[in-house]
Amino acid sequence: MPSNEVIQGLGLDDYKFGFVTDSEPVFRTRPGLDADIVRQISGRKDEPAWMLARRLKALKIYESKPMPEWGGDLSELQETLDQTYFYVKPQEQMERSWDDVPENIKLTFERLGIPEAERKILAGVGAQYDSEMVYHSLKEEWEAKGVIFDSIEDGLKNHPELFRKYFGTVIPAADNKFAALNSAVWSGGSFVYIPPGVQLETPLQAYFRVNQERLGQFERTLIIADEGSRAHYIEGCTAPIYSTDSFHSGVIEIVVKKDAYFRYTTIQNWSNNMYNLVTQRALVHRGAHMEWLDGNLGSKLTMKYPSCYLMEEGAHGDILSIAYAGDGQHQDTGGKVIHVAPNTSSSIVSKSISKGTGRSSYRGLCKVYDGATNAKSNVECDALLINETSRTDTFPYIEIDERSASVGHEATVSKVGDEQLFYLMSRGMDEAEAMALIVRGFIEPIAKELPLEYAVELNRLIELEMEGSVG
Amino acid sequence: MNDKAILSVTGLRARVAEEDLDILRGVDLNIRPGETHAIMGPNGSGKSTLAKVVAGHPAYQVTAGSVAFQGEDLLEMEPDERSQAGIFMAFQYPIAIPGVSIANFLRTALQARLGDDEELDLFDFQELLMERMELLDMDPSFAQRPINDGFSGGEKKRNEILQMSVLKPALALMDETDSGLDIDALKIVAHGVNTLREENPDMSVLLITHYQRILNHVIPDVVHVMYRGRIVESGGPEVAMELEARGYEEYRIAHAV
Ligand SMILES: Nc1ncnc2c1ncn2[C@@H]1O[C@H](COP(=O)(O)OP(=O)(O)OP(=O)(O)O)[C@@H](O)[C@H]1O
Ligand SMILES: [Mg+2]
Repeated sequence: MPSNEVIQGLGLDDYKFGFVTDSEPVFRTRPGLDADIVRQISGRKDEPAWMLARRLKALKIYESKPMPEWGGDLSELQETLDQTYFYVKPQEQMERSWDDVPENIKLTFERLGIPEAERKILAGVGAQYDSEMVYHSLKEEWEAKGVIFDSIEDGLKNHPELFRKYFGTVIPAADNKFAALNSAVWSGGSFVYIPPGVQLETPLQAYFRVNQERLGQFERTLIIADEGSRAHYIEGCTAPIYSTDSFHSGVIEIVVKKDAYFRYTTIQNWSNNMYNLVTQRALVHRGAHMEWLDGNLGSKLTMKYPSCYLMEEGAHGDILSIAYAGDGQHQDTGGKVIHVAPNTSSSIVSKSISKGTGRSSYRGLCKVYDGATNAKSNVECDALLINETSRTDTFPYIEIDERSASVGHEATVSKVGDEQLFYLMSRGMDEAEAMALIVRGFIEPIAKELPLEYAVELNRLIELEMEGSVG
Repeated sequence: MNDKAILSVTGLRARVAEEDLDILRGVDLNIRPGETHAIMGPNGSGKSTLAKVVAGHPAYQVTAGSVAFQGEDLLEMEPDERSQAGIFMAFQYPIAIPGVSIANFLRTALQARLGDDEELDLFDFQELLMERMELLDMDPSFAQRPINDGFSGGEKKRNEILQMSVLKPALALMDETDSGLDIDALKIVAHGVNTLREENPDMSVLLITHYQRILNHVIPDVVHVMYRGRIVESGGPEVAMELEARGYEEYRIAHAV
């Protein structure tokens, strides 16, 4: 039997991506936030006056809103924010081809363990390095179809009218404190437009990475899926570990127009000192279909509730969410479905795993407005607890103002049972393998929706995590 | 101790950890390579407990005695080590693992036997699995079902024997595999077990059952009667016949507290 020290010596509990590559930022603002910093950010980006005005207005809203009292513990967040560099520009030029990507950034990708395979996929990808796109090329096929897949900055520069028409319409700055913050200081993210009737087989992918200590990353993504289009956007990211708290607060706005289908997949694996507070919302129009597939691993605290506003008749929204809370982590996740119109339907499937002292909370809202006749919604949330110290809770909010609506909610909590472990071990698997298999089986209904390479990566992460769980 | 035994149980006493009463109260049992032993006995007499202690279930604490497998002290080994050493238990109540298919489960189990240095040949695996499913008259699509999840009683039992036939143990502990099987299924499963015994004449079987019928198909060398945590009688197949006729009344009188 190996002793405890030997096991610790193997470093299984170390954060896998806990390294920092040496990239000197070209420019960064001083720590903290005020109007002057917002002006600097906007100036650096050569933005039109209306955008600066929006940012400054958003800053006022941010300053006027109190810290949320619900969800996770944000009591130490202000201190983190005071030390945060709100804008870091790592290098001057946008890269077009892989060869132009600086060596140390390639090294970062390599150390993530995804180089060769992902490189191919990266052929059509915007990869975000720090606050700015460094690598962004678009498959010719997409260009030919009129698809726009740009950095958010380029979206604003190159498609000003389209951009202005939709920016901030799904999530206005006043929506919540962190949406306001993002609206004031946003930097990086994607701008996507799928023209009417265009169907994309290959997902659009962005690879994110935060690599600057105390860097707040405020990515902003705006996606418009025009009528009858069909596409899938994937964003995955991992972040290195730091001694001081980091902060990530993104805003993702999606408009899914009549009869369009859009799926947005995120797998986020933040280092365990990261605050991750993200607002993501889709407006779903007549007969359209929106799917969020949201995976949250790591971070100190994640508060994230992808939402679908079913605005017109026949709109459909699905939210699939996986959360993994390891020692000391809190995943406060779930989803929101808002039924505004008749014959709209939605489903939320949430699976959470808590290990050690980890805590996962399901927080969901199902709202059916008066007049949204025959709205249907189904919520299923399942929690799996690995250890005695693990914790889970559910906060399902249901507000129904329409009599003909039908809303279902089902919640289960299970513990990894001794009988299950023994069954697997009696077939020759060691405890960590057995645990990993149980966890993989638990999330299988969602994992099978992921593209293969992400499912493989997720499985690998779970295996690593389970190795640390066996006492 | 019997030097030639594959499994040698001596004076075994065991209880549920942290309880004060022993469930097994001095079990002696020797099984030699290639032998098939049956254990019968009333409900609650300790048959499953014996099988689980041999397989290494953590709920039980051994308070006295020893268990050796192929000459090694089994009680020092973890359940996965026992499995890899060649012990297989077909559970009386197999448990569901939602989301894990039979194929995935068996692949993981076989990979675990190979360790990190060697990669399981997926083609060979697929072939073995399909061959075994055919042997047990199972539809190949069944391999994609999550293990024991929503299985009927009989399907669970058949699935246990499928696993056994893929993992090819040296010692099979079959805990009431016959309970819940229909008449045809019983014959198919028995045929599966006999096929394994033919493939490996050294394979030993410890078969726990309440009914004499399965012993017509899987013929035992020895039949034991377990009563209140002890083996109180051992003999040939005729013991099972007599039990079927007379029940356990005489043991109740002989071993009254
Ligand atoms: N984990 C446990 N916790 C509590 N009691 C237990 C446990 N395992 C076994 N026992 C008790 O020990 C006794 C023997 O149980 P065991 O399951 O071994 O019986 P069995 O001979 O297999 O019976 P059956 O023929 O009904 O399967 C029973 O009284 C049972 O209640
Ligand atoms: Mg039993």
